[in-house]
Amino acid sequence: MSAAEIPHMVACPACIPGADPVALPLPPARLMLTLPSAHCAVCISTVEAAVLAVPGVQSARVNLTQKRVSVQADAGVTASDLVRVLSGVGYEAHELDPGLLSTTETDRQGRELLMRLGVAFFSMMNIMLLSVAVWSGAEAATRDMFHWISALIAVPTVVFVGQPFFRAAWAALRVGRLGMDVPISLALILATGISLYETAHSGEKAYFDAAVMLSFFLLLGRYLDHRSRALARSAAEELAALEVPRALVLMDGVEMLRPIAEVMRGDLVLVRPGGRMPVDGVVQSGTSELDRGLLTGESLPVFAGPGTAVSAGEVNLTGPLVLRVVAAGRDSSLHRMADLVAVAESAKTRYTTLAERAARLYSPLVHLLSFGAFGFWMWQTDGDLRFAINISAAVLIITCPCALGLAVPAVVTAASGRLFRKGVLIKNGTALERLAEVDTVVFDKTGTLTMGTPELLPGQVPAAVMAVAVALAQASSHPLAAALAQSGAGQGPAAPLTDLREVPGYGIEGRHLGQTVRLGRAEWVGAQPVAMTATYLSCDGTHAFCFTDQIRPGAAAAITELRRQGKSIKLVSGDTAAAVQALALRLSIADWVAGALPAEKVAIVQGLSRAGHKVLMVGDGLNDTGALAAAHVSISPAQALDAARVASDIVLLGRDMAAIGDATRIAGQAKRRMVENFAISAAYNVIAVPLALMGAATPLAAALAMSLSSITVSLNALRLR
Amino acid sequence: MQILAILIPVSLILGGIGLTGFFWAMRTRQFEDPQGDASRILTKDWDDHPRP
Repeated sequence: MSAAEIPHMVACPACIPGADPVALPLPPARLMLTLPSAHCAVCISTVEAAVLAVPGVQSARVNLTQKRVSVQADAGVTASDLVRVLSGVGYEAHELDPGLLSTTETDRQGRELLMRLGVAFFSMMNIMLLSVAVWSGAEAATRDMFHWISALIAVPTVVFVGQPFFRAAWAALRVGRLGMDVPISLALILATGISLYETAHSGEKAYFDAAVMLSFFLLLGRYLDHRSRALARSAAEELAALEVPRALVLMDGVEMLRPIAEVMRGDLVLVRPGGRMPVDGVVQSGTSELDRGLLTGESLPVFAGPGTAVSAGEVNLTGPLVLRVVAAGRDSSLHRMADLVAVAESAKTRYTTLAERAARLYSPLVHLLSFGAFGFWMWQTDGDLRFAINISAAVLIITCPCALGLAVPAVVTAASGRLFRKGVLIKNGTALERLAEVDTVVFDKTGTLTMGTPELLPGQVPAAVMAVAVALAQASSHPLAAALAQSGAGQGPAAPLTDLREVPGYGIEGRHLGQTVRLGRAEWVGAQPVAMTATYLSCDGTHAFCFTDQIRPGAAAAITELRRQGKSIKLVSGDTAAAVQALALRLSIADWVAGALPAEKVAIVQGLSRAGHKVLMVGDGLNDTGALAAAHVSISPAQALDAARVASDIVLLGRDMAAIGDATRIAGQAKRRMVENFAISAAYNVIAVPLALMGAATPLAAALAMSLSSITVSLNALRLR
Repeated sequence: MQILAILIPVSLILGGIGLTGFFWAMRTRQFEDPQGDASRILTKDWDDHPRP
């Protein structure tokens, strides 16, 4: 990026009069953000205007297809500034690492395919024009001329356009397999060869149009397939890039922001309140509370002081902590978990898709038919090689897997486009088919069905006490305090307090009417702890403020929709029984398990699978990753930890859970469409193949069968709602 | 039949122009954001004066 720009600037000294290359300002930064909720023209204007208004931003461009905004800005502008600005105008945004988005290779392949597709289309149209004349009765010299012109266009086209198929067929033959590409290549070569021969001998039938049309429709299927694969792959990379990991390293007392890869064992790392632990370590100084929700599913924060071991992924709540790094990057517990997931993932790739099963059945059948026809007509006509080859080429063309090649890619493209618009990103090519088979849905609680932010249960304490609690809570940034302050905001004035002091890791204290009041952990306040998520106040005795988790928007709708589709729902959480039961009651889930350790979650999912159920696991935490990988198919929200997102097949980009119901419904439909498409192309073959075998197939019949079946299949795919 | 000598080259040239146009569009990355471009035409932001 910068390397490309500097020579450009030097080459144009007139633009920067008297510029000294050394004195150039810092190279502008390129920032990339995802915008899952952008969908219309107004979104483009609003987002671009909002981002351009940020000082230092030079240009901003929204890509609505990919739902991204790329920003050119001075080095001082950070992604978090832009995320804040965008959430101010109502758009959720996540930072992406533009360096990791190495789209160039897939981009090049895609453009190459598109170029071949364009050439095939051009040739197909022109040859079709000439063929119409032949079909409507051109004879003798005119027919020969038309055939020769067709040959001039078709032969270079087949050579250029057929390359992806020839290469794949060669690769398959070398390892002794018959893929889809072998019959395709054979049909292309045979059809072109026999047509050339016929043309040279002033024959009646030439299949140039069929050969080119075959390559066009097959390339179309190949291109659609490539696009949905590229989308899935870029989604996976994008998600790896979602959280750009950096750590504040203390070097001789100076704070330096470093990428996580450069943090060494033994370094001191500062973690501010609200920050996530970037490494595994031991607390060196400072006290605070830690939210381990993402790792264990507990919703109650735990105390941390000098000597406490922390793992990457935990969130620091109240006070700054200095950690001595025990393990960073590849050695951290977070990364080891990701490795475990990679092992489980590879098991999943063994899933055979519908298309593979169809190809396995189809490929030998086509060869048998074609060679059978060849042998039969050789015997029947006493060795008329020209006639026999003609028939076997016709059989290969007629049974062409045009519709087969389009049947799955068209449906997958239509379905994943639909789901992408609903904020559902499909990372894995086979996930859609697997999602269609699901009959049991297992949910995690913290961070999945709940937002992970607490909500105060109303009416627990007298108003006077409440006023004191709210006044104390307003001075703290602890999530429980923030929830308390927020719920008390509309209920009259807060009590006057003096000498407010936050004791990191314990709570907050102040003086109210000459008496010390404390809000915080039970043992520090001197209260009897209760079984729920709570904070405690000492003011005329002790009081407990209990909290419930705020339910994620759309969670209830998703559960209702899944039930309607006849799927059984199970809630498995690592949290306390009281908290899980309360949530299960609110969402009317009868089947719930509390206090499940990560290994137990995996065991539950595996147990269900062994009992013959196809499990969809929805989870967000590190404690879910095993279960996510073990399940038949898995979904995680975008706010989940990297490891969980990596382990899952599908990611929800928005906050809303209702999309899960849509996803399973659309996946079911998509699978039905695929089966229908196979049936349609089989039906065309059943009608056309006997004709070809008897030698009655004309080039016109071949062209009609091919284009009609391809179009029906594509239209059927578009019926997805 | 002489008409064929004109019509066939004409149809090939016309098709060729279309193909070149397609290559040009692809080279200049016009297929990067089809959805966005379709929406952008509806915005009124730069109706009164060109984008600076």
